[in-house]
Amino acid sequence: MTPFVADVLIPVGKIVAVILYPMIMVVVMIWLERRVVALMQGRLGPNRVGFQGVLQPVADAVKLFFKEDIMQRQADAFLFNISPVLVMFSSLLAFCFVPLGEPIRIGTYTLTLWIAESPVGLLIILGLSSISVFGVIFGGWASNSKYPLMGALRSVVQVLSYEIPTGLTVLTVAFVARSMDLVEIVRRQEASGTWYGFLMPVSFIVFWISAIAETNRAPFDLPEAESELVAGYHTEYSGMKFAFFYMAEYAHMVLVSSLVVILFFGGWLPPFPSVKALAFLHAVPGFVWYLVKIMFFLYLYVWIRATLPRYRFDSLIRLVWKWLIPLALANFLVVALVRFLR
Amino acid sequence: MAFKEIDLNMGPQHPSTHGVLRLKLAVDNEVVLSVEPVIGYLHRGMEKLWESLTYTQVVPLTDRLDYLASLSNNLGYVLTVEKLAGIEVPRRARYIRVVLAELQRLASHLAWLGFQANDIGAMSVLLYGFEARETVLDIFEEYCGARLTIHGIRIGGVPHDLDAALAARIRKVLDGIPKRLADIRALLDDNRIWKQRTVGIGRIAAGDAIAYGLTGPGLRACGLAWDMRKDIPYSSYDEFDFDVPLGRNGDVYDRYLVRLEEICQSIRIVRQALDGLPEGETSAKVPRVLKVAPAEVFHTIEAPKGVLGFYIKSNGTDKPERVKMKSPSFINLQSLEHMCKGNLFSDVVGILGSLDIVLGEIDK
Repeated sequence: MTPFVADVLIPVGKIVAVILYPMIMVVVMIWLERRVVALMQGRLGPNRVGFQGVLQPVADAVKLFFKEDIMQRQADAFLFNISPVLVMFSSLLAFCFVPLGEPIRIGTYTLTLWIAESPVGLLIILGLSSISVFGVIFGGWASNSKYPLMGALRSVVQVLSYEIPTGLTVLTVAFVARSMDLVEIVRRQEASGTWYGFLMPVSFIVFWISAIAETNRAPFDLPEAESELVAGYHTEYSGMKFAFFYMAEYAHMVLVSSLVVILFFGGWLPPFPSVKALAFLHAVPGFVWYLVKIMFFLYLYVWIRATLPRYRFDSLIRLVWKWLIPLALANFLVVALVRFLR
Repeated sequence: MAFKEIDLNMGPQHPSTHGVLRLKLAVDNEVVLSVEPVIGYLHRGMEKLWESLTYTQVVPLTDRLDYLASLSNNLGYVLTVEKLAGIEVPRRARYIRVVLAELQRLASHLAWLGFQANDIGAMSVLLYGFEARETVLDIFEEYCGARLTIHGIRIGGVPHDLDAALAARIRKVLDGIPKRLADIRALLDDNRIWKQRTVGIGRIAAGDAIAYGLTGPGLRACGLAWDMRKDIPYSSYDEFDFDVPLGRNGDVYDRYLVRLEEICQSIRIVRQALDGLPEGETSAKVPRVLKVAPAEVFHTIEAPKGVLGFYIKSNGTDKPERVKMKSPSFINLQSLEHMCKGNLFSDVVGILGSLDIVLGEIDK
């Protein structure tokens, strides 16, 4: 392999891939959500554009691209314009640290399916997802309008509150894996033969609930509760800026599902590693296993949305402060204790 | 966050105001301090318009009042005209009217169920409710060809007979609805989130409800048995056996339960009416040009949304001198502020939904 390929082509290809991959997932996810929810509600959903309507999200994006970009006069132009970028940027950047599969060997060269492996990858992802909150706050504040403001205020309180249980449960994983490196966490799960989701079910459940809340999805979709706040913090946005918020929300869902899979369900590892009869599962590429797993969690998102009513703000906050945080704390203490005694 | 009282304008372009209603809210953080409904965005001058139309021409216009329950409006108006002109309606026509009116109540309540659930965020129930409502609308379509603005009741009787085939079809639809309702109830009744959002929310005491003139399921949810079909029977309702479901707490949850039970009672009434459908004419002899001697009457019926009343004053010509409508949505809306005060902003939407208003009827 020439140095040109190894040092230029592959890195550039990876950079393109890290932008394309979330975008493709977003398109798939938007289509899937609309079709699955429609199915659950006895409707058909979009089925005209492309095979079974798969190109509907693309058509929507093209439409949004040509729409007039409206900014109302009282809005703060700088913050108003920067916030969709901030939201999108932080979601996409986090994908650099997400390992999609096992490294592939091509001769002497090892192709890693991630851009960056950092000893504190987990922290960076959590930090980046916090940055996206700024996008939401700025967007709601800069719109200078009441509904977006209320949506943004709700969002701040919600995401800040739910980051505490997230952090506490992520810590338990870091404790057990003795690493904050996402690749290392998967390797440890491979070595120990158990996925952390089964080892620490409480951690997984708390993390998953908090993750739904952090991505502002039903039943915790209060910042953009349609029946109350019209569209929440992005009410005043139109055209491509709105599309950015919209796509970022889905990209965030994909990111969170990836995190759940990597932290708790062995990332790219095939299931049942210890069962000899199922050894053929290893023949399937790791990337496929990873995709199957995140699709399961993405489907769960859609399923929950179609089933549950929306929480009210006070019960949402009560849930996190009275139940999830104490539970996460107790869980953290137990895990730490067990880890210490071993 | 120190966040002083702000005024929030909800509507007329808002996804949850059920039409073009505007609410002027004053909120402190998310707590509602005052609610002022601003109406008139859909005003079409109906009552004035009716003065220039003959008695018969008014009937199809009443469809456009409460457009989710157009047959009930037809019935309310037509009964008032019949009372004014002294027209005796054949028993078979009265029974068919009961069938139609109760099916309309079913359709209206099912639509309400969908809207209410959607307001609280259970979006699937919206579709389930409408799916069930669709089966009822199909009956109307088969009966007279229309689904929304039906115009299915005429002065003196009904336009079409209800034959055995249609009766069988109605029975089939009625058999399907409890199953669909059970599915919806499985999703909502014991759902923690649903209960948090409805139990104890938007409470109104029986005394206040009477003071505000609240009628219909909203009043019965407070525990007051006031149903025109029982208390001042019209159109042979006294010949049917049905219960008036009552709530206890007068909150959103009780209104939900009362309406669900009313759906079951309506099914019961329709079944009885189909079983006991008498033979005979479907319409009384009504002169082509109906002229009514000077008089004035007021008549009320139990529409799906509450007590619907019509006041008509005649002057001896074929056109009414004055028609005044007492619309349940308009009067029920008055108690909104009482119910919302001190609750959270999120609850305004749920409470408004539980009042089951239709703007076509409020603005007339």
